[in-house]
Amino acid sequence: MNYHWNFASVFENWPALLIGVEGTLRLFVVCLLIGMSLGLVVGLGRRSKSKPVKWLSTAFVEFFRNTPVLVQILWFYYALPILTGLEISPFMAAILGISLNSAAYSAEIFRGGIQSIEPGQWEAATAIGMSRLQTLRRIVLPQAIRRVIPALTNRGVEIFKMSTLASVVAYVELLQQGKLIASLNFNPLEVYTVIGAIFLLILYPIVRLTYALERRLARSD
Amino acid sequence: MYEWNFWPVLSESGILWAGFRNTLILTATALSGGLVVGLFLALGRLSHRRWLSLPAGIVIEVFRTTPPLVQLFWFYFGLPIVLAVEMTPFLAAALTFTIQSGAFFAEIFRAGIVSIEKGQWEAARVIGMNHAQMMRRIILPQAVKRMFPSMMERSIELMKTTTLVATVSYADLLFQANELAQKTFRPLEVYTVVALIYFISISAVSFLAARLEKRFARSGEITQ
Amino acid sequence: MTDPILQLRGLEKSFGDMQVFKNVDLDVAPGDRIAILGASGSGKSTLLRCINVLETPDAGDIRVGGKPVGAVGSNGRVRYSERELCALRQRVGMVFQQFNLFPHMTVKQNVTEGLRTVKGIASAKADERALKELSRVGLADKAETYPSRLSGGQKQRVAIARALAMDPEILLFDEPTSALDPALVGEVLSVIEQLANEGRTMLLVTHEIGFAYHMATKIVFLAEGGIYEMGTPDAVLKNPQKPLTQAFLAEHQRFHF
Repeated sequence: MNYHWNFASVFENWPALLIGVEGTLRLFVVCLLIGMSLGLVVGLGRRSKSKPVKWLSTAFVEFFRNTPVLVQILWFYYALPILTGLEISPFMAAILGISLNSAAYSAEIFRGGIQSIEPGQWEAATAIGMSRLQTLRRIVLPQAIRRVIPALTNRGVEIFKMSTLASVVAYVELLQQGKLIASLNFNPLEVYTVIGAIFLLILYPIVRLTYALERRLARSD
Repeated sequence: MYEWNFWPVLSESGILWAGFRNTLILTATALSGGLVVGLFLALGRLSHRRWLSLPAGIVIEVFRTTPPLVQLFWFYFGLPIVLAVEMTPFLAAALTFTIQSGAFFAEIFRAGIVSIEKGQWEAARVIGMNHAQMMRRIILPQAVKRMFPSMMERSIELMKTTTLVATVSYADLLFQANELAQKTFRPLEVYTVVALIYFISISAVSFLAARLEKRFARSGEITQ
Repeated sequence: MTDPILQLRGLEKSFGDMQVFKNVDLDVAPGDRIAILGASGSGKSTLLRCINVLETPDAGDIRVGGKPVGAVGSNGRVRYSERELCALRQRVGMVFQQFNLFPHMTVKQNVTEGLRTVKGIASAKADERALKELSRVGLADKAETYPSRLSGGQKQRVAIARALAMDPEILLFDEPTSALDPALVGEVLSVIEQLANEGRTMLLVTHEIGFAYHMATKIVFLAEGGIYEMGTPDAVLKNPQKPLTQAFLAEHQRFHF
């Protein structure tokens, strides 16, 4: 148990870690943007009056929620190129897997938020002559989105954590760089401790923010 | 146009079933362990004793906030160095996912426990129950019913997260799929079949959970 | 005179910087039926809840059989151990405004729960006892029903049976009829009256002044952070000596024709 920790061997490699952080952030931002906006579209799709749209959005949500992200990423990386003949980079495979998965989850969040808006709001807007789309854009969505912000922030944290899965297809992000450093310096204990700490450092403030948002929302409602 | 051919996959499906079995074993182990760990973490975090609530809180927050894959690597590659023990892929995976799901279960337990009305706690106290009796007989039975949907959701998340163990060479369904893809040169078919296996089994669990939830809701004893 | 079962000495309680009461002394002798009255916010419920330490008093003693409950801790405040509290609460039963029945248990299980879990009585004997108490409150036929199927009045009668089953020396009633529809108040009051006629010792917080007059042996009127006026029902309710008591009674009798 008298192990001598040696964190210097990790921090000496800070340029590699920095490249990793950059890769993680790039993947996170892209997946966040696609995941959230596609999620909104799919969430609205599940409430659509058109049967095919509704059916398709439901199938999308069910499929991506009920399969593991890692399987999705690997499918996009190994299987999709065969099917389409297109070259799929690790970055692309990770984006596809994580974004589509997150879109399915955020779709449910958006749908829940819209459903939570009282029918009286729709009726009041219709009564002053607004169309369905106008009501949605001007009355319902602003209220619904306010309510789901904590859940969406939570989703954002999940996306950030999921970005590590891209290391499985050798996309250069924090964990991948960690693996590299550990294999060159034989210091996995220190490396993975530091990587965990970096994630904690970045994400814990956001998690606390979510708690605060939830409390504020609970009070104002 | 690509010509699909599932035959090589189907003729070697024993490899996949062996993996599926291991996935289920790992999920069951981490699930039962996680429920126990989660209950203790929740009770710890709710305790008035700071030497209990602080460490419980730290474990919960750390395991909820860091990526599971980093945790797995830490337990598999890092921990054996401190403890100077052999670590098998299964042991590392079971340990990681027991604690990790325990951290998530703890928050579900805690939310369920604090959702029980003050009157129930007081009614238990005024007939002379001590803390343990009150928890066991009055609070937890009611809390568990309320927690059921989130518990099921978390268990399904756990089953999906177990795919990560393929990265430390535990022979779960995904790992076996990799092997099979390399053996048959049919990654498209293999990964498609594996995605379907996950989809069907997880959908089945979700469906059952929803049915049970309805039964609970209908039994009606929950509303006073 | 018989020795008091329970004594409060110098009891004090604040919530934040709002003092609810200070320096409350009260003796409860066997057979006493004490009705606690007062304006809302005068600390009636808090006083009752301090007796079985659902609220921890800031200062003062609760004495049972002459001996104080709890021990003075290093910070000068009284600390109560869990064992002492469990013992105290078995001697002092309580009925709540909101009934607080256990929704996951049948009516009978609600009544047997304390007998079995706390007193360790065997299931057959506990069942027998529960049925006896349920017949006393007129609900033996509801033994296998879940609380969600009962009316408010029935729930409160089950809650009374649950308290009685533990053989308490003192019963505390915290506004037992305030959450009930007016039409259901009578059935609960008549059960309490029946207990009074049996000579049980009880403390009752209520807004039913007429009921308090008929049932109580002693009236305690709380105001200005303590016991403001105390005496027999005739003395306090018919002939109040102090201005706040007079004002309170005038207010509450405004609609008596």
